[in-house]
Amino acid sequence: MATVQAARSTRWRFRSFELIVGVLLTGGMTLAVLFSSVLFPDGGESMDLMARLIPPFESPAHILGTDPLGRDVLARVIVGGKISLMVGVLSVIGAVILGTLVGLVAGYYRGVAEILLMRFADIQLALPFILIAIMFLAILGTGIDKVIFFMIVAQWVQYARLVRGSVLALRDREFILSARAIGVGNLRIIFQHILPNVLGPIVILMTLNVANNILLESSLTFLGLGVDPLIPSWGGMLADGRTYLQSAWWVSVFPGLAIMFTVLGLNLLGDWLRDYLDPTGQTSK
Amino acid sequence: MSGETVKHVPVGEPLLSVRSLSVEFGSAEGAFRAVKNVSFDVQPGKTLAVVGESGSGKSVTSLAIMRLTDYTGGRISSGEVLFRPSKGQALDLVHAADTSLRSIRGNEIAMIFQEPMTSLNPVFTVGNQIAETLVLHEGLSAREALARAEALLEKVRLPDAKKLLDRYPHQLSGGMRQRVMIAMALACNPKLLIADEPTTALDVTIQAQILNIIRDLQQEMGTAVIFITHDMGVVAEMADDVVVMWKGEKVEEAPVREIFAAPKHPYTRALLSAVPRLGSMTGQPLPKRTPVIVIEDGAPKEVGETHVQDTADYAKPILQVDKMTTRFDVGKTFFGRVTHRVHAVEEVSFDIYPGETLALVGESGSGKSTIGRTLQQLIEPTGGTVRFDGHDMGSMSSAERRRLKQEIQYIFQDPFASLDPRHTIGFSVAEPIVVHNLLQDRKAIDRRVQELLDQVGLLPQHAKRYPHEFSGGQRQRVCIARALASNPKLIIADESVSALDVSIQAQIVNLLMELQQQKDLSYLFITHDMAVVEKISHRVAVMYLGQIVEIGTRQAVFENPQHSYTRKLLAAVPIADPARERAKRLIEGEIPSAVRPVGQEPLIHRMREVEPGHWVAIEADLLRGAA
Repeated sequence: MATVQAARSTRWRFRSFELIVGVLLTGGMTLAVLFSSVLFPDGGESMDLMARLIPPFESPAHILGTDPLGRDVLARVIVGGKISLMVGVLSVIGAVILGTLVGLVAGYYRGVAEILLMRFADIQLALPFILIAIMFLAILGTGIDKVIFFMIVAQWVQYARLVRGSVLALRDREFILSARAIGVGNLRIIFQHILPNVLGPIVILMTLNVANNILLESSLTFLGLGVDPLIPSWGGMLADGRTYLQSAWWVSVFPGLAIMFTVLGLNLLGDWLRDYLDPTGQTSK
Repeated sequence: MSGETVKHVPVGEPLLSVRSLSVEFGSAEGAFRAVKNVSFDVQPGKTLAVVGESGSGKSVTSLAIMRLTDYTGGRISSGEVLFRPSKGQALDLVHAADTSLRSIRGNEIAMIFQEPMTSLNPVFTVGNQIAETLVLHEGLSAREALARAEALLEKVRLPDAKKLLDRYPHQLSGGMRQRVMIAMALACNPKLLIADEPTTALDVTIQAQILNIIRDLQQEMGTAVIFITHDMGVVAEMADDVVVMWKGEKVEEAPVREIFAAPKHPYTRALLSAVPRLGSMTGQPLPKRTPVIVIEDGAPKEVGETHVQDTADYAKPILQVDKMTTRFDVGKTFFGRVTHRVHAVEEVSFDIYPGETLALVGESGSGKSTIGRTLQQLIEPTGGTVRFDGHDMGSMSSAERRRLKQEIQYIFQDPFASLDPRHTIGFSVAEPIVVHNLLQDRKAIDRRVQELLDQVGLLPQHAKRYPHEFSGGQRQRVCIARALASNPKLIIADESVSALDVSIQAQIVNLLMELQQQKDLSYLFITHDMAVVEKISHRVAVMYLGQIVEIGTRQAVFENPQHSYTRKLLAAVPIADPARERAKRLIEGEIPSAVRPVGQEPLIHRMREVEPGHWVAIEADLLRGAA
């Protein structure tokens, strides 16, 4: 019907707008971060106490100004993205894989596996996050790998619960029953029929959690539990700039903007991806 | 809305006049016109049936009369709806102010919907919900309203009305809920009742009861009724006048006898040719395929051929079911001890022969679907033996059981729900081939999928599409192609044509019969629709409360029904023939529950043979079992 197609095409025009902006934002940020060592060979570490707290757009050498130690804000934002993006993305990927597997098993097979896994998840959710973080990182020591590992351990639960809930709703749907009637085995049902149908909400939770984890990394660093505080990261810069918020806003605002644009880009991409994965609402060739 | 128009209409005019009504959905530039220029009149105290298939705009028309389309994203783009309320002044509902509409809705014009569960609010008692209307429109006190509510429940013949007032909707059966809906609708003595498919979701015997109640109350209260339905049998039973809708337009309007005797529009003719009529096969021993009229490019065309379905081979059965029992545990104590069981299937025995269609008929809760699912190994049986091709299913290895899922295929009621929305239909049709490793080469699989799609009347390029891009009938064709993919010997069709429009239904039934002839398929045809059963089946088994009460050839069971339940079931089917006398049928009561406390086993009744191959349960046993 013409009307439906018209409605679809406006939607898809908006969809491609989402895609373009999302790719520009996340792609630009990723490229800048990847080439940061070329752009800023000093890693944003070189201090110049004579050039402390230069406001942005005043000195051509420091377009975004300098921080209280005279380090270039632009260089630190771009170099700092490395830690932030790595922590944000890797921790989320790890948690998604672990949580989704647990959720699929618990929701599909039910029984003892479900009781054990989900009660364990409930217990973990009941424990205060920061307390566990202190204990965990005090035992293992600090470092980016440990931070990522800890975040995976802390966050798989969210995905497990989300996936289990969706699987419970799906497993009694007739198309699963009809797959079973044909003789499709459990593994194929889980990965061919159930997993594609739970991807939508997972993707959305993923994009939200990337932002969350970038900020989480900064809280851990602030507590002295994260990465080496001397290595620049967005979260760390935000925390550093807090004291100067009244006199030198740029120290914390620019890393904040970096986080915002990255997260916005990821959310747009996530929205687009969710709809792309859902064949309902698309027209085929 | 402004510009309220008040016109004086002389006495003797219709109660409701719909004049060139059009309803649009969607934005202005890409509007979809669901109803185009529809006009009809409803006379006081008469019943007008609006018939059509899904998407014909019949429900939208009924919503537009009450201006409820305002709440569903629709817009009345032109036309008027003149309603003459009790005061004698005609009111154009299309342009009426919201306040005057509110005083008409529920008061002068009431509505009953298809799904009685979703139209009752689950958190209020039945009494409160009926009383609400009365308090609102008649200004009664709460106590008076409840007393009236009780009287209304008695009027719709609900037993124990006083107790029912305090019940919640989920505690009632579907038939009882629909009666509550009728009681609510009639609370303020409306002049017009709009019933939108009020019996479609109900069992036939319950449907017959509800239709009786509506008809009686209509005579008693002089209410006019607009009856929206797709079921020509219901139309023949209920209507005085009929409006036929097709693709948003009214294609024909006539008194009910004329519509059935001399349909003028090609669409009406096609519709009527597709309606299965109970009794049309009387005197014929075998099922017969007959051509259907379909509308192609606006012109009627006959599709299919007449063919007697002499496919059955009674030498050796393909499937032998002996005393199969399936029960489910329901109630449990705190310590996990089972207190109640659903006795879904109790010691059921039957055979299916190659090339034969055995119909399993019964109402909801009779256990017919459980039998199908147990045979397909979706549910574990509690007892009994099942032999397929002579091999006992109970002693099969897991590899043999898997192989059985290749020989027996299942087609579900709702083709949309039974196809994975995330995969193309090519993927779905190929799945049995891949899973059972029937073909390895990707190209060979693709070729086979094309071949299967062709066999069920779909095009090769359809393989790349997703389920939501098809119509209901096409989707069921996809499901049939999928079932055929592994070359099965037996197909279990569980209400597979029940959700389809009649014209599509007739085509799918023909397709199933054609495939049976080509491939020597056996069908276990599970359904509640007696008219379809008559057309398609060689033998019939009637189920009641988990047991077969009558089994025999279709001719024997339909022409010489022995068991009282079989007779009741046959009598309840609405016949698409208004010339037949509308017998006042006395069908009362509902099917009792199959849930029993542990230890209280149901009585298994004995069968006697009335004629060769025609077995009937001995009813004295059944009565003792119920006591």
